[in-house]
Amino acid sequence: MVVSAAPAEVDLPRSADKPVSDRPWVTIVWNDPVNLMSYVTYVFQHVFGYPKKKATKLMLDVHHKGKAVVAAGAREAMERNVEILHGYGLWATVKQDK
Amino acid sequence: MEPFRSVRGGGVRASLAGAEASLLRSLVGQVMALVEPEDREPGLGDDDELAALEAMVHGPGAEEPPEDPVLARLLPDGYRDDPDAAGEFRKYTEPGLRSAKYAAAQEMLDTLPDEGGRIQLTQDQALSWLKALNDVRLALGVRLGVTEEFEEQWSRLKPDDPQWSAFEVYAWLGAVQESLVQALN
Repeated sequence: MVVSAAPAEVDLPRSADKPVSDRPWVTIVWNDPVNLMSYVTYVFQHVFGYPKKKATKLMLDVHHKGKAVVAAGAREAMERNVEILHGYGLWATVKQDK
Repeated sequence: MEPFRSVRGGGVRASLAGAEASLLRSLVGQVMALVEPEDREPGLGDDDELAALEAMVHGPGAEEPPEDPVLARLLPDGYRDDPDAAGEFRKYTEPGLRSAKYAAAQEMLDTLPDEGGRIQLTQDQALSWLKALNDVRLALGVRLGVTEEFEEQWSRLKPDDPQWSAFEVYAWLGAVQESLVQALN
């Protein structure tokens, strides 16, 4: 395991947090002017195992809408995704879904 | 340069002129100097196990994002609009990210012939090239203030502008990376 250091995760759950903590976490990739479209598609295929069609659609969402949710799940898994995507030079962040 | 092509049985190949090889060597070296883990002692080598050991020995990294905009782009925040979470994330991931970027760049240099010429890469080596080339393009792109309208930015410059040749290098790097992505597909 690589990262799970945020205090919110270490603290005992408080009842008031319940609805918030139930929401899934997501990996977001943001548009940037440098990364090649073909490269971003390749990274989505390679990192997530997505078929080319899905990887291309996500890349186009990033390009046209400025960002796209590329994965959802447990916080630790999303942090690991972001770490890997940073290794590829993609601009990625973790967020709790709304 | 002869662009990258896939090789039957796996991997890719290309061919570089001597001047192109020296240019790549210099640019990759600049990125390595930027991302080099701060506690690394010169001459210690670059293998992953050693880097991991160093991270264990030297403990977690900084929580603040780098002030240099190039380095901030190479080592971005993992959370937006949440500085505390971003700081925690950085503390535990930045040392490893620096080591990984350094190792990819080193692998690219190790497989780049000094005088140029033929290059043949395995799939794994090609991945290191992709990452290292991308880091060089990110660094140069931030320094040049490249936007989505890169071609227009470049065309507005006069050929005697000092930035003109940097834009040319940036465009060339994009073409090299594009050919590598296509060869891997």
